[in-house]
Amino acid sequence: MTFEDLHLGSILVSTVRNAPVLIFAAMAGLFAERSGVIDIGLEGKILASAFVSAAVAFATRNPWLGILAGMGVSVLLAMLQGFVAITQKGNQLVGGIAINIAMSGLTFVLAQYFFQQGGRTPDLGEARLFDVVLPGSAAVADVPFLGWFYTKLIGGHSVLVYLAFLLVPLVHWFLYHSRFGLRLRACGENPHAADAAGVSVERTRYAAMLIAGILCSFSGAYLAIVQSGFFLRDMSAGAGYLALTAMVFGNWRPVYTFLGCLMFGFFGAVQIQLEGVDLPVIGRIPGALIQMVPYVVTVIVLAGLMAKSVAPKAIGVPFVKSR
Amino acid sequence: MTTNDMPRWATGFVLPILNLMSALLVAALVIHLLGEDPLESMQILINSAVVNPEGLSYTLFYASTFIFTGLAVSIAMQAGLFNIGAEGQMYFGGLGLTLAMLAFDASLPWYLLIPTGIIGAALFGALWAFIPGYLQAKRGSHIVVTTIMFNFICASLMNFVIVKYLIPAGEQNTASRVFSAAAEMPRLGNWITVLGDTPLNISFFFAIISLVIYGVVMWRSSWGYKVRALGLNQHAAHYAGVKISAMIIIVMAISGALAGLGSVNSIMGSTHYLSLNFVGGAGFVGIAIALMGRQHPVGIFLSSVLFGALIQGGFDLSLEKPNIPTETFIFIQGLIILFCGAMENLYAPAIIKLLKSRKG
Repeated sequence: MTFEDLHLGSILVSTVRNAPVLIFAAMAGLFAERSGVIDIGLEGKILASAFVSAAVAFATRNPWLGILAGMGVSVLLAMLQGFVAITQKGNQLVGGIAINIAMSGLTFVLAQYFFQQGGRTPDLGEARLFDVVLPGSAAVADVPFLGWFYTKLIGGHSVLVYLAFLLVPLVHWFLYHSRFGLRLRACGENPHAADAAGVSVERTRYAAMLIAGILCSFSGAYLAIVQSGFFLRDMSAGAGYLALTAMVFGNWRPVYTFLGCLMFGFFGAVQIQLEGVDLPVIGRIPGALIQMVPYVVTVIVLAGLMAKSVAPKAIGVPFVKSR
Repeated sequence: MTTNDMPRWATGFVLPILNLMSALLVAALVIHLLGEDPLESMQILINSAVVNPEGLSYTLFYASTFIFTGLAVSIAMQAGLFNIGAEGQMYFGGLGLTLAMLAFDASLPWYLLIPTGIIGAALFGALWAFIPGYLQAKRGSHIVVTTIMFNFICASLMNFVIVKYLIPAGEQNTASRVFSAAAEMPRLGNWITVLGDTPLNISFFFAIISLVIYGVVMWRSSWGYKVRALGLNQHAAHYAGVKISAMIIIVMAISGALAGLGSVNSIMGSTHYLSLNFVGGAGFVGIAIALMGRQHPVGIFLSSVLFGALIQGGFDLSLEKPNIPTETFIFIQGLIILFCGAMENLYAPAIIKLLKSRKG
């Protein structure tokens, strides 16, 4: 077997294209969970922002307005989650699942109402986000390897892909080297100590949810406006849960979480490549079984690593100010 | 006074009703925004699901399935486990039932065949919940994420099994062959003719019996006490001698078995074959039912009937009002989980204030 046979080149390129959905969501989850709020509602926020950004981008023929609108709805849902978790001191898991189920229904109903295409939006056409062509691409395009590396792997993606990869060092810096990051982590580890030090736990957690809402919206916008070019019913297909798993895999640290996202992006890419290909020894693997791969990997990763990974200590526990 | 000191009629009755009303109010608002009249829609829904005897029969038919998935989620919740996997467990239970039917429906008489199918459904459902339970107990994997993953895995796996092995030669429909007549659960319409030709069958009575057993075991047996102790305070339960990991695994297996039993009503009571995605969200409805009914047998029954009515009425409503497709009820389900589960104490402060002012 050669490099070409394995389609390694296209697998790597699609890894880079798959990962942003997970990276944005996982970074959103990091903010929420490091502040002490479980964010199992990522899935619903991705779906809602995917629908709203596709619908608005289609209506206005402007992808940027779509992204902005998606951000609005995602922040709204994050604030609702915050209200449940912080103000109501309710069950955060139940709140997140409620949002996921409600959005699965509502996005279909609205898509059907506005577009009458079986819960799908029309193709966005030129309202999709353009791909960035790096300077000098034409010059190196024909050079072996380097041409592929520069124009396909590094270049030729939408702005959001670069934003996703840029986000990782930013989040790392923000969490570990900024004053707000320190306070946020304190609220997730020991909210009473943070409270005693004069930090408002409630306000910090709301701020974390706000950031989580903003970041998560990019995940949905990327899915609809960049990757697919339309909204489809339940198109998030578990991406929110995969992002959560990447976070557990990454021990709630940005860089390792990012590696987890890349891993899932890679499995997603392999899955597409394997479909309909005759493999030596095992033969052709049915598509339905290949679809299971990311979920099975998730279960194995969680079973193998959960014992070793350390969640923020106060995660999921509503903060009750002691008197 | 805190939420815990509130009288039982307030926490067990007034709060759930207020929460349910809030969820329905938001739903009504959305229906209004979709350009339909909420009151008229409500009327269509009630007419179709409750007033019309055939409709009521369908409502109770759906409720029979929901009682089982609601029980599945409830029993896990009693032990402090949030089982989101009832959907997959019921689906996989359907496979167990179908395999039993395909193997025996030509040879066994109905009185042996139906119990065989029930056992097959319960076993496969239990197996599908046992693995997440085991992983939670022994490996510390979070049950919520694992059961969600098992829903996805089950969907793909069943797709594969049905397409590859169960479709009879020459058929296009993604479903197994139809079982023999001996595998049909007796229908209530045979005795009560006003119910018409509806799939309501004796599963409904099995569901009621299961509710009673659940109530007795949970509140009148030492095992049930241990389960509830585990749910209330894991450390205290451990200190009192409850074997935590064994308990988690057993409760999850029972939960999965109950979810699997939901497939008996859907398959042996109605379609008589296994089809792709036959569960259709019943497992997720179970979550809403468990939260709305506060894991109490009476609450589970009432919420199941309510959801049965929403599904039956919603189906007729979607035919008359194209702007309100059946998916609207997935949204309403989410709202009910939000208001009755996550924000269950939303109105508690107001009620506490009211009680205090009356006492003076």
